[in-house]
Amino acid sequence: MRLSWWKNVVRRHPIATTFSLLAIGVLGWATLAPVEATKRDAVYEIPRGTSARRMAGAKAEIFPQTIRLRLGLRDILVLKNADAVPHIFGPTLIMPGQSFRLPFTTASTYSFECSAHPNGGLSVVVEPGPAPGWERLAWRWRRLTGGA
Amino acid sequence: MRASPGLLKLVTVLSFALLLAGATWLLIGRAPARPEGMIAGTFSPPQMASDFSLRGSDGSEVTLARYRGKVVLLAFGFTYCAAVCPTTLATLAQARAGLGKTAASVQVIFVTVDPARDDAAHLRDYLAAFDRSFIGATDAPDRLATVRTNYGVKAVKQGSGSNYAIAHTSSIFLIDRDGKLRALMPFGHPAQDFVHDIQYLLAH
Repeated sequence: MRLSWWKNVVRRHPIATTFSLLAIGVLGWATLAPVEATKRDAVYEIPRGTSARRMAGAKAEIFPQTIRLRLGLRDILVLKNADAVPHIFGPTLIMPGQSFRLPFTTASTYSFECSAHPNGGLSVVVEPGPAPGWERLAWRWRRLTGGA
Repeated sequence: MRASPGLLKLVTVLSFALLLAGATWLLIGRAPARPEGMIAGTFSPPQMASDFSLRGSDGSEVTLARYRGKVVLLAFGFTYCAAVCPTTLATLAQARAGLGKTAASVQVIFVTVDPARDDAAHLRDYLAAFDRSFIGATDAPDRLATVRTNYGVKAVKQGSGSNYAIAHTSSIFLIDRDGKLRALMPFGHPAQDFVHDIQYLLAH
């Protein structure tokens, strides 16, 4: 296509050309630029009395058996122990009133021992952030419209 | 209504700048920025680390109180460990080397989970191959079990005979200069992550 054709289009439809160029730029940015959230904590609390209820035989569902995180967006797991006894999470003890904040940097599935769960285990699935292209565009759109 | 040529040029430049910015970020392939603070998992509020008194590989008594004023990296393992412990100790030695003069403010304590095979002399020789400043700790099985319980550490014997192995917690406990348990570094982090967090603990 010759340059003169473009010049002709710009001369005939200056407003449409302006908005088209702007849309291309914005779409390009939204599709390619990395996504990153300012607040990345996924907070879960072990409520007071969890251990006592379990000892009494009650089935206490505290939080999901599998927690899904996403790198760059929601990749820090925060467990708050509001119970009256220490709870085991992974390789450590979280004391009453204490929080344990664990950032993840690699997408993978992690299995942890967790005394807050009836079966004593917790899976954390860490997924990569939205890939460049359609995924990033869709994520930005959802966030813009309040869906993310 | 007509757009001025100046405005059109401005929008053109802006559009290409936006497109270029997105493409550049993509090409650089920047990973998400690390969250502020420590890389390891952190406890809030931090509490005093459970102290212990064990036989040291240097022939003395090993306690946390002895190293008050230093950042203590507390590891649990055994000298016959095939992969995890040598990797951890090599990483910690590399981290100490990367700290330069600040390394004097760091103490690695390696508590054995295999007292039957890890006596003080064997621990000393083994640890010296990584870093001569590392100190090992051993004692009677029940005393070591109490220490493990206080930290939520697991150690399970696997196999029988003389070639048994022990599946054990592989994370490293980070204790600050005041003796507070501040963080837990999961297995697999490189030496520079330890350097980062040690420097953080020394500064905060």
